[in-house]
Amino acid sequence: MGVVDILIKFGLVLIIFLISLVIAMYSTYAERKIAAFFQDRIGPNRAGPWGLLQPLADGGKMFLKEEIIPTHANAFLFIAGPSLAIMTACIGSAVIPWGQQMTIGSKVIDLQVADINVGVLYIFGVVSLGVYGVMIGGWASNNKYSLLGAIRAASQNISYEISMGLSIIALLMVTGTLSLRQIAEQQHSWHWNILYQPLGFLLFIVCAFAETNRTPFDLPECETELVGGYHTEYSSMKLGFYLFAEYINMFISSAVMATLYWGGYNYPGMDWVLAHTGPAIGPLIGVVVLFVKIFLFIFFFMWVRWTIPRFRYDQLMDLGWKILIPLAIANIIITGVWMTFIK
Amino acid sequence: MESLSNKRKVLESKPLNFWERAYLPAIVQGLSITMKHFFRKPVTISYPEEQREFSENFRGMHSLKRDENGKERCTACGLCALSCPAEAITMIAAERQKGEEHLYREEKYAAVYEINMLRCIFCGLCEEACPKEAIYLDGNIVPADYLRKDFIYGKDKLVEAPLNQ
Repeated sequence: MGVVDILIKFGLVLIIFLISLVIAMYSTYAERKIAAFFQDRIGPNRAGPWGLLQPLADGGKMFLKEEIIPTHANAFLFIAGPSLAIMTACIGSAVIPWGQQMTIGSKVIDLQVADINVGVLYIFGVVSLGVYGVMIGGWASNNKYSLLGAIRAASQNISYEISMGLSIIALLMVTGTLSLRQIAEQQHSWHWNILYQPLGFLLFIVCAFAETNRTPFDLPECETELVGGYHTEYSSMKLGFYLFAEYINMFISSAVMATLYWGGYNYPGMDWVLAHTGPAIGPLIGVVVLFVKIFLFIFFFMWVRWTIPRFRYDQLMDLGWKILIPLAIANIIITGVWMTFIK
Repeated sequence: MESLSNKRKVLESKPLNFWERAYLPAIVQGLSITMKHFFRKPVTISYPEEQREFSENFRGMHSLKRDENGKERCTACGLCALSCPAEAITMIAAERQKGEEHLYREEKYAAVYEINMLRCIFCGLCEEACPKEAIYLDGNIVPADYLRKDFIYGKDKLVEAPLNQ
């Protein structure tokens, strides 16, 4: 690996990092705007044209607010919590294949930071690490509401990780690989996995909602019962990190869903487009397609948020353990039968 | 008991069927409803730029009227202050001097006339009480301010602009 390759990789990391931060930033804007449209309102429109500078204003506010560390909180863990949350949110994007290999001159560029053969497992590992950010933050606040919120978040994430993993197993039986690059390549053109795994996708998206703590599973924050949940004691940019981490998680899980089930950067007629645009520009169109899919998923996340009321906590656990896990197991069996006898 | 209207709706709580328990059709239904709203015209009125029309009997800020010759109508009789349920009006009367006939219609006039806009409830009883048709609540909304003392409006803000000067 030459110096140029390392520089290219470094540039790619930087770009992906910037993109995920900018998308997270503008997700907050999009969330408010979309919420407004769903409720027949206009939404933020004062900062800049159509309120486009609103995220910058919010960010500036977050940075300038007083930073409070409660006297009885464990200062180290208190700071470690949000840092861990945002770090785990950011490193998830490392294994996602953003596009096909690009060829510029004689140089072949992978539009993926790390093509590791256990990409799916890596994503799972990172997602489960994300619980620690919430858990540590809630624990270190030394506040009963924070702790209860953190316990809720942790138990919810752990419960839904199981059915998420099980729904993925059925997908892996179909693809036969854990590498996200290969999974994406197998879905060439229109052979998207959603066609083979509709139930698996349904289970996965429900679990993704639960993992990102989005409505209808946004129980860790609850004004009436838990004040602010695990980030009750947080202020300033540390609170900003938690909120940011949620939006980055939403972006990453949208990217994962698009890659695993909706064909990633593949689209019908891609061979024709690739042949006509050349190996330098063609893959970029695939990247655009992937981002369109991601934005549609993010929009869906928000659409659901402003439609469905939240679950009660026992209903949440019922759904996770009594319905999703049996369904996921049934999905595995059906997939197995299908693969043995029909395929 | 006999119901007033003869409408009757029998409620029954049947156990949910499979599709109702599956929850997904209901979610799809809900999503379609919100999607309909997504394309609906927003009801918001962006206030300072566009303003809503007031109704014809809207009662806003007071104005002290002048008569057709531009003389102040108010004669400081104090009926408005007496009728005011919020006790927002206060005034000091003065006698018209020689040479001021073009300013005041009657021999007595209000040298000081103050309305505390924080106390005023815009009920309109002052304009009903006034025998000289001197006060009307025909202005706009009372604007916001920073200090309480600035909400006590004197004659400089209340009296109508002179006729043609």
